[in-house]
Amino acid sequence: MSDTISLSRRFGSNSGQPVTRRDGIAKVTGSATFSADNHPDSLLYAVYATATIARGRVTRMDTAAAEAHPGIVLVMTPQNRPPLQGNPDDKPTFFSQRIEVLQDDTVRYAGQPVALVVGETLEAATEGARLLNPQYAMEKPRTGLDDAAAYTFEPAGFGTPANTVHGDVEAGHAAATASVDVSYTTSAMYHNAMETHAVVAKWNGDKLHLELPSQALTMTCHSMAYFFGIPPENVTLSSPYLGGGFGSKAFPIGPYVLAVLAARTLDRPVKLALSRNQMFGPVGHRGATRQRLRLGIDDQAALTVIDHSGLSETSTFDDFIEPAPNASQGLYKAGALRSTHSAVRLDIGTPGPMRAPGEASGSAALECAMDEMAEKAGIDPLEFRLLNYAEIEPGTGKPYSSKALRECYRQGAERFGWAGRPLQPRQMVDGDGMLTGWGMGTALFPCPMFMAEAEATLRPDGTALVETSAVDMGQGAWTSLAQIAADSLGLPLDKVEFRAGHSSLPDGGVAGGSGHTATAGSALHAAGSDVIRQLGELAAADPASPLHGSGNAGFVARDGLLMVEGDDSRSEPFADILARAGGVPLKGSGRGVRPPEAAEAHAMHSHGAVFAEVKVDSVLCQMRVTRMVGVFAAGRIINPRLTESQLLGGMIWGLSFALHEEARHDPRTGRIVNADLAGYHVPVNADVHGFEAITVHEDDPHVNALGIKGVGEIGTVGSVGAIANAIWHATGKRIRRFPIRIEDLLTA
Amino acid sequence: MKLFDFIQPATIDEALSAWRPGAAWLGGGTNLVDLMKTGAMQPDAVIDITRLPGLDRIETLPDGSTRIGALVRNATLAHDRDFAAAYPMVAEALLSGASGQLRNVATVAGNLLQKTRCPFFQEPAALCNRRDPGAGCDAMAAPGNSAILGWSDACIATNPSDFTVPLVALEAVAEVRGPQGMREIAVADLQPLPGSTPERDTALEPGELILALRLPARARSFAAHARYLKVRERTSFAFALASAAAALRIEGGLIAEARLALGAVAAKPWRLAEAEAMMTGKAPDAALFAEVAEAVLAMANSPDGQKWKIDLARNTAARALSMAAAGTPARIPALPASPFGTRIEDPQHV
Repeated sequence: MSDTISLSRRFGSNSGQPVTRRDGIAKVTGSATFSADNHPDSLLYAVYATATIARGRVTRMDTAAAEAHPGIVLVMTPQNRPPLQGNPDDKPTFFSQRIEVLQDDTVRYAGQPVALVVGETLEAATEGARLLNPQYAMEKPRTGLDDAAAYTFEPAGFGTPANTVHGDVEAGHAAATASVDVSYTTSAMYHNAMETHAVVAKWNGDKLHLELPSQALTMTCHSMAYFFGIPPENVTLSSPYLGGGFGSKAFPIGPYVLAVLAARTLDRPVKLALSRNQMFGPVGHRGATRQRLRLGIDDQAALTVIDHSGLSETSTFDDFIEPAPNASQGLYKAGALRSTHSAVRLDIGTPGPMRAPGEASGSAALECAMDEMAEKAGIDPLEFRLLNYAEIEPGTGKPYSSKALRECYRQGAERFGWAGRPLQPRQMVDGDGMLTGWGMGTALFPCPMFMAEAEATLRPDGTALVETSAVDMGQGAWTSLAQIAADSLGLPLDKVEFRAGHSSLPDGGVAGGSGHTATAGSALHAAGSDVIRQLGELAAADPASPLHGSGNAGFVARDGLLMVEGDDSRSEPFADILARAGGVPLKGSGRGVRPPEAAEAHAMHSHGAVFAEVKVDSVLCQMRVTRMVGVFAAGRIINPRLTESQLLGGMIWGLSFALHEEARHDPRTGRIVNADLAGYHVPVNADVHGFEAITVHEDDPHVNALGIKGVGEIGTVGSVGAIANAIWHATGKRIRRFPIRIEDLLTA
Repeated sequence: MKLFDFIQPATIDEALSAWRPGAAWLGGGTNLVDLMKTGAMQPDAVIDITRLPGLDRIETLPDGSTRIGALVRNATLAHDRDFAAAYPMVAEALLSGASGQLRNVATVAGNLLQKTRCPFFQEPAALCNRRDPGAGCDAMAAPGNSAILGWSDACIATNPSDFTVPLVALEAVAEVRGPQGMREIAVADLQPLPGSTPERDTALEPGELILALRLPARARSFAAHARYLKVRERTSFAFALASAAAALRIEGGLIAEARLALGAVAAKPWRLAEAEAMMTGKAPDAALFAEVAEAVLAMANSPDGQKWKIDLARNTAARALSMAAAGTPARIPALPASPFGTRIEDPQHV
């Protein structure tokens, strides 16, 4: 008997279809209501004043000028901030960070809230905040990786251990006949979702309603309940649409708490929306890293060791550390593996999860180091990776739940036309005289599951309602989860009403870690299956049903019909079964969670291979990615259209990481000087050219009953290295910092 | 933002009499409004000149020169077929600037008068002599994309305009009206170098209004060999690290007359008259262009002593000249002012 999870009934015709986004028309016509689009009666507007230095103390604010401005109703500073019931320095949930709610006059980073101004209009509140004109006692800011002493901290981000060692690392180094020892630097990056963080808070007695874009509704409600000393059930949160999250909307931020506090103090609803500039403040970011990679190979080009250490920036008041070195675990077969983390406390906001946290930064360094190792060995980079292909998870020895990476390499190389790539750099020139280079990288991303709940109700008319507080942050959850739910009920999509995005619904879990479809989808699948099981019991026990007495045979639900498994001739419409049973709706519920024993038994990852072509002007050093092919193995694909969109999006963020994103600090004040979308570059449409994302078939009988792995973040992984490697191949110049800039190539 | 009076005059006379110290003219607003939001500019009064009559026309005057009304939108000018045919590098420069949406709104006079994008100028919390005379210059400690020509200890900011670079090369003039009546200012003289008074970022006197730009008839003689090249960190919607407008009049295989100006290297577009003279009478070839670029940028220096931007400016000048010598393309390339030209294949995704 195999240890695989069997699908108890045919899993159907909705999943696998490239259904368009069900909320697409609402979004493109502007009728979708995002959080900040809500304007309850007697609404007030809150704007917070931000620190313009990174380290020191606020010595003075002109509160009188702000209060005197027409339309200002409240100026909240550390001197008069009303008390919170929960300790603001506490973390109410596992997935929290210490928040800024005017605890004192200390400035710990530029962009920190130092006061909140509430006005009758947005304009009044904005001007009131400006009039505060904070004065500071400034200290020399520390914003660079060398500005303070490093320390080791355990655990790293997400509770991952600070050090992971498999095998004898020193022996691995000693056994190497060739090696590379290289350092790569990655820059501080900020999420910058199109929709800035926003909240509309409204109290009704001791009940709080929030319009707030959230990747984790239940946890956000619990945090708010904690800070305001009310039962969690008194908090409701509506988050029907997110204009992107990228990890920054998973936990509540200080300004939300201040807005809620203002609403309670003033007994009127309050709206607060961050400006673009404030998106470089208390919302987390991808911390800068410096990573050292020491790789060794024997005379057969087999890796004897991957030794990956990382120095990450974190804040002076919290401990999130980019777990970049962990990217070297689980991917390549090596005699010994070591990942170690250290950190440096800087005068910056606390970093947090952002677009493939850990994996993106870690893979950027690892895939470049692999390329450098292949170069040294005189072996094609793809061949070198295949030589070190891991059939079981290196270090742990666990079998992979599935791993179609070899097929990704094969299809990607073929589609891209990798064969015939010159081994040496600077060998290819196009018709315009542009240096042309090809590079590749491997992608790996874990496929975690969190916990989610769902309910399904089969109505007497044969339609269904399914409910879970799942999150559509642009990825299309509202569509793909509905497809799963419809299949679990054996109904076409248009017969299923899908409710999500509200905290009063069953807990849909967290939209993060690329695990939302797997987790919430499993809950929905279980809820739908529960309903069909009950329906089967009703029919089997009903002498008037053609299904009477077939209970042992099992049932299949399809197109609103319940039928005996293996005997399509015996079937009955759902509505008929329900009508005879008294016309009462049938309710089912389900949970999506991975049992610990299942999680322990296998290494579970999505995989991919990314191939990039870059052209570089040899004199002007302007670069352009002209082609990119990403091939991914990510288990069952629920919606190929949305999956392609997710994967392309990830690859574009890879391009962004490789060539564009970098927050730069003013050395005098520590302020981020390019804190807007003109100065903080992400790719424009004209930069995204010839991108192709493909998925290969992969059945995974272990990850969950649906075989879903997750596609949200893996597109970024591997892409960064592929581009950097292509730049080397085009120019012969190895740039070991990200983003790679024109000036880097000019000075290399 | 700070409260201000909003004035919408119906005539030029009304506009001029509405002006008072502390007022700002509002054209497309693509720069002024941003700066009002950050607080870098806090005018007491904003005078919306977009309703003034007669300033939205592109005209060919009897002497063959072209007159462009101050309120003509950047996109309108760039897409005017006759204009683009006569002054192709001006159209190419316009299309390489900002984004489609911004070009639809921004006016040509506003483009000329836009402020530096030095991040320390834009942020009121930063020290900036240009915004706040005598305050100091935070940019000096973090130069980045700063000037390499004509800067001073007081200010190292650059002028961000693409449009102005070919205008300066082609000797365009601005028609200006103020309390003292009409006068003309060469576009090349519109932005003073910073010296010790970087706050004086325009040659316009208080209350003066640009009514039109004029390109002389002679500027048409370069149409067959005129290019604008812009090196930047992404393909669109980014300011230049270095740019160059290069125009050649080639007769009998020799350069009869040359024009060359650089962008993003100084507080104003930097015309290289010396280079122009060096090329006159010579055969256009890459070696000449490299030699010329080398010579004329010998005096460049960067505030942080780094060489890369000087190298880039030199390479950009030489390349722009080579592109001009190769001939103006029949159509403005799909990626205007890009070294990548038009040979990028169509995307495979539909």
